[in-house]
Amino acid sequence: MLTYLARRLLAAVPTLWGVATAVFIMARLLPGDPARVIAGLLATPEQVDLLRHQLGLDRPLPVQYVDYLAHLARLDLGTSAHFGTPVTAEIGSRLPYTAELALVAAVIASVVGVLAGVAAALRRNTTVDLAISAVSVLGISMPSYWLGLMLIVVFAVQLRVLPVAGADSPAGIVLPAVTLALLSVGLVARMTRSSLLEVLGQDYVRTARAKGARPARVVLAHGLRNAMVPILTALGLQLGALMGGAVLTESVFGWPGVGRLLLDSIFFRDYPMVQGLVLLFAVTYIVINLLVDLLYLYVDPRVRFD
Amino acid sequence: MSGSTDQALWRRLLRQRSGAIGVAVLAVYAATAIVGPLLIRFDPAHQDLANVLLGPSLAHPLGTDNYGRDELLVLVFGARATLGLGVMAVAVGLLFGVPLGALSGYLGGWTDVVVQRVAEVLLAFPSVVLALALVAGLGPGLRNVVIAVGVGSIPGFIRVVRASALQVRALMFVEAARALGVSPPVILVRHVLPNAAAPLIVQASVQMGVAILVAAGLGFFGLGVQPPTPEWGELLGEAHTYIFSDANLATFPGLCILLAVLAFNLTGDALRDALDPRLA
Repeated sequence: MLTYLARRLLAAVPTLWGVATAVFIMARLLPGDPARVIAGLLATPEQVDLLRHQLGLDRPLPVQYVDYLAHLARLDLGTSAHFGTPVTAEIGSRLPYTAELALVAAVIASVVGVLAGVAAALRRNTTVDLAISAVSVLGISMPSYWLGLMLIVVFAVQLRVLPVAGADSPAGIVLPAVTLALLSVGLVARMTRSSLLEVLGQDYVRTARAKGARPARVVLAHGLRNAMVPILTALGLQLGALMGGAVLTESVFGWPGVGRLLLDSIFFRDYPMVQGLVLLFAVTYIVINLLVDLLYLYVDPRVRFD
Repeated sequence: MSGSTDQALWRRLLRQRSGAIGVAVLAVYAATAIVGPLLIRFDPAHQDLANVLLGPSLAHPLGTDNYGRDELLVLVFGARATLGLGVMAVAVGLLFGVPLGALSGYLGGWTDVVVQRVAEVLLAFPSVVLALALVAGLGPGLRNVVIAVGVGSIPGFIRVVRASALQVRALMFVEAARALGVSPPVILVRHVLPNAAAPLIVQASVQMGVAILVAAGLGFFGLGVQPPTPEWGELLGEAHTYIFSDANLATFPGLCILLAVLAFNLTGDALRDALDPRLA
């Protein structure tokens, strides 16, 4: 168990290094001079040169690369060109909002998705079943930015029951969270349905039924518990997708998380911030996948990696 | 593929409800994007500021937008940009993903390790974030959006082609070809690629959906194709400003995007079933 944990953590290291390198390449090899951009249009060539020197951009690329990795290892992502504060500090103050939004959306998507999936598995080839297929394909096809706008039009403009935007009141999270959840709920439901159907066909489920276990117990304790691994995988992947979806959703709803910060930073041409945020998104994805893998051990004792 | 198997495939595809709907919608869209701008005399750069934000009428079935342009015509012209972006981005993905995947699976060894690592790293970036990061550096505009969105589709194609190459490599006739001294490039083109065709078509269909969603998303935030060129995402972004006065304006471009992505996903699903030999 501990060896597996250690090996799994070690295996993530090359991917993290690759991600860090990819971000470095994106930032340095793209056309455009960061110093020129950060200095602004009114800067004199001397000021730009000075800034280039201060940013270390006049040194050879390999030196910059090693320096970049060394700073990363100390969790130093540089200074925001827009805010003038450390990138990590700004990200740290915005991340809780995104985490809150993604978690609320994930909870909605898993509760509704698993319940709907169970319903569909128990009532195969009925309207429930068909509706779930429809919702899941709609979810992956939906432009979240448009869904967000439509929800604003209906619930904030026409019905006036929910605030349009922002995190000022607790109700402000409802629309962005529902928007995000709608994108994943169908996929979770579909995965629950197929996984549960497969498990319910197993011999041990028949045994449980034969010895007189109550139907609810058969479905939940014997069925759902054993169907959890694929469902968790779907949920984990969805959590990664939710982080990506959060970028667009947060901006539509004015939610002050890291997704909106990324878009704002692109408009501010705040490259250190963009770089830090892109890294954050990729690392989060890797960490979530790692956690999902570890959850398997907990959920399904049959899963043993050696 | 011979003509008769092509016909059988079409039949199997259209017999499914999702396949029939998807193909029908895509046919209408393709016709609109290709023929529409040829038949209609319309200048997207022309503004008619006396007639902005009009409601639906006989003259303007969907009303007019914030520049006084006929909303229906703007959407017809937008089809070309949005669908074109999707096609070109997926072409970029195929261009890099297919050769890399084929080499990775067929050669194995270090090539495989390196290519797989690169694919894994690319997959760690959510497609929207990757596209935003690239556009942040490259700047907006058609070419840059195609690159930014296309790069994200590369790892998917690598994986699909690699899996086929791994299967094919172990087959007797490929081994025979190798023993006869047929060079690896020829084996790749003659044997590996045709076997990867079916999963590639499915993957391309699904990736079209993703590419359109992401490209239109960039357009929505003003980072995509620039006005006055109409593009559905860009139109939706402009309509965002007017949702309190004219919600219709935001409704239609979004519906166009949703329908396009939905059609590609439905077609992809149906293709997967139609191409699956076990279901035939």
